[in-house]
Amino acid sequence: MTTNVERSTDDDVVAIPLRHPWRWVAAAAVIVVLGLLLNSLWNNENIAKQYIWQFIFDPRILKGVWITLLVTIISMVIATILAIILAIMRMSSNPVLRGVSFLYIWFFRGTPLLVQIVFWGYLGLLYKQISLGVPLTDFHIFAVDTNTLIPAFVGGVIALSLNEAAYAAEIVRAGLLSIDHGQREAAYSLGMGPGYTLRRIILPQSMKVIIPPMGNETISMLKNTSLLAVVAVPELYTASSQISSGNLRQVELLIVASLWYLFITSVLSVPQFYLERYYARGNSRELPPTPFQQLKRAVARMRGRADNRRIAAQAHEEAGA
Amino acid sequence: MSENELMVDARGVRKWFGSNEVLKSISLTIPRGEVLSLLGPSGSGKSTFLRCINHLESIDGGRIYVDDELIGYKQRGDKIHEMKPREIAKQRRKIGMVFQRFNLFPHMTALGNIIDAPIGVNGESKAEATAHARELLERVGLADKADAYPAQLSGGQQQRVAIARALAMKPKLMLFDEPTSALDPELVGDVLDVMRDLAKSGMTMIVVTHEIGFSREVADRMVFMDGGVVVEAGAPRDVLDNPQHPRTQAFLESVL
Ligand SMILES: Nc1ncnc2c1ncn2[C@@H]1O[C@H](COP(=O)(O)OP(=O)(O)O)[C@@H](O)[C@H]1O
Ligand SMILES: [Mg+2]
Repeated sequence: MTTNVERSTDDDVVAIPLRHPWRWVAAAAVIVVLGLLLNSLWNNENIAKQYIWQFIFDPRILKGVWITLLVTIISMVIATILAIILAIMRMSSNPVLRGVSFLYIWFFRGTPLLVQIVFWGYLGLLYKQISLGVPLTDFHIFAVDTNTLIPAFVGGVIALSLNEAAYAAEIVRAGLLSIDHGQREAAYSLGMGPGYTLRRIILPQSMKVIIPPMGNETISMLKNTSLLAVVAVPELYTASSQISSGNLRQVELLIVASLWYLFITSVLSVPQFYLERYYARGNSRELPPTPFQQLKRAVARMRGRADNRRIAAQAHEEAGA
Repeated sequence: MSENELMVDARGVRKWFGSNEVLKSISLTIPRGEVLSLLGPSGSGKSTFLRCINHLESIDGGRIYVDDELIGYKQRGDKIHEMKPREIAKQRRKIGMVFQRFNLFPHMTALGNIIDAPIGVNGESKAEATAHARELLERVGLADKADAYPAQLSGGQQQRVAIARALAMKPKLMLFDEPTSALDPELVGDVLDVMRDLAKSGMTMIVVTHEIGFSREVADRMVFMDGGVVVEAGAPRDVLDNPQHPRTQAFLESVL
């Protein structure tokens, strides 16, 4: 028998972490390219930076930000509710409901969003009044002028939500289809009805499939609100272009608007993260850490490394002494 | 035997899937408190028959009565009408079912799985349902797992939660469709223990299983199915040790 290197089994594993040199190389390359790009913008004679600072917190811009955010959230909420209804109709055994849902999705996906927005803006030309009464007679319980009932803001929200619902319906449908058939059977065998089963068992589980693409849709929605400029809703883009048509600082105000769009996009990803986390419960043995927890762990890791280094240095010293 | 001593009365049940006749006039009666073991090769229609009993599948012929109620249909004169989903749901409340693949709700804890239907369907108060659920968890040996999600439980533990979940509705009849077939061998025993206790407590049970030892010990009667018909029925000892029909003999030789 040859004498082997001694194999100890009761030591702790004190492994030196794997190094990742290419990460640093890639990071360096990205920083250089980004730096060059930003430098060329920053030092561009044709961009007057002081206008960006001047207008980024201008009351008109802030109001635009607020309206953009409001339109985005209201439209997404309405669209999601409609989408769930459409998806359920699409999967129903009733052929009329299936057909209606199919036609809806076909129509609203098949025509440009811009056209739909302008259409709702022009509804007042098509129907002067909207009234409740007996059809085909002159008897009205009430009647209102279309343009008072549907101001630009409401028309814009209607256009955006009806259009978004058509896309979201397919996302919801995919989510519902992703749930194992055994879930429905177990629910039915417990005496749950179809509606209760959908609400308590199927939809909550579908959420983990539905939410990530709906996050995407929300960001699209945010940017699509800028199309409401054509019907003069004073949202962010309208506000910035109104200002720039006065002072002719188009590029600067586009930068202002873009910075705000980027900021809102980032802010919106926070609720998405927590929603995903909430609906992931039970699906894995451990929930993904919140950013706060991640930070705490990173700090702990760095401390740990520093400790290791200190311990190693100490051991080295002791060995030398 | 008078009618109301029967928990299940299946008369000439027929079921087609497309052009495939899966149940060919099955007639079976199960007295209250009996444990019936259903045996047969894969594809013989055992699961389909169980699923017809709680109307997860509709039937194409015959009648099924559970606890003196016609399942899934209403008889008016000599005509038969389909039931509304709500009425079918109501009938299912007294029939518990345990599936091969557990089918626990993964987004709810063990306790949540058990109390959801009693609260949402039976209208029990949360306190009442929770107290009952904890008793049931105790009974299946999982009192400490109330707050665990299904993904954190072993297969055997999941199946015991599934049994507790079905029992929480206080069913009069329990259907088991191969409850231990998806389990690692060392986990089978715990689940069978729970089922044995349940049988002792007087529950009427139909158990599809290949656990011959369990059937021999616990079942009052054994039915052998093949190709959508009942081939042989009798006391487990007789069917297992002295099968009359060649198809039963061939099947038992292949599994024993
Ligand atoms: N939903 C279904 N659609 C079509 N055929 C089915 C369906 N469920 C079961 N079958 C068929 O019915 C037969 C009996 O199946 P099953 O009741 O699952 O048998 P067992 O449980 O005894 O293995 C099989 O041939 C199977 O392929
Ligand atoms: Mg089966």
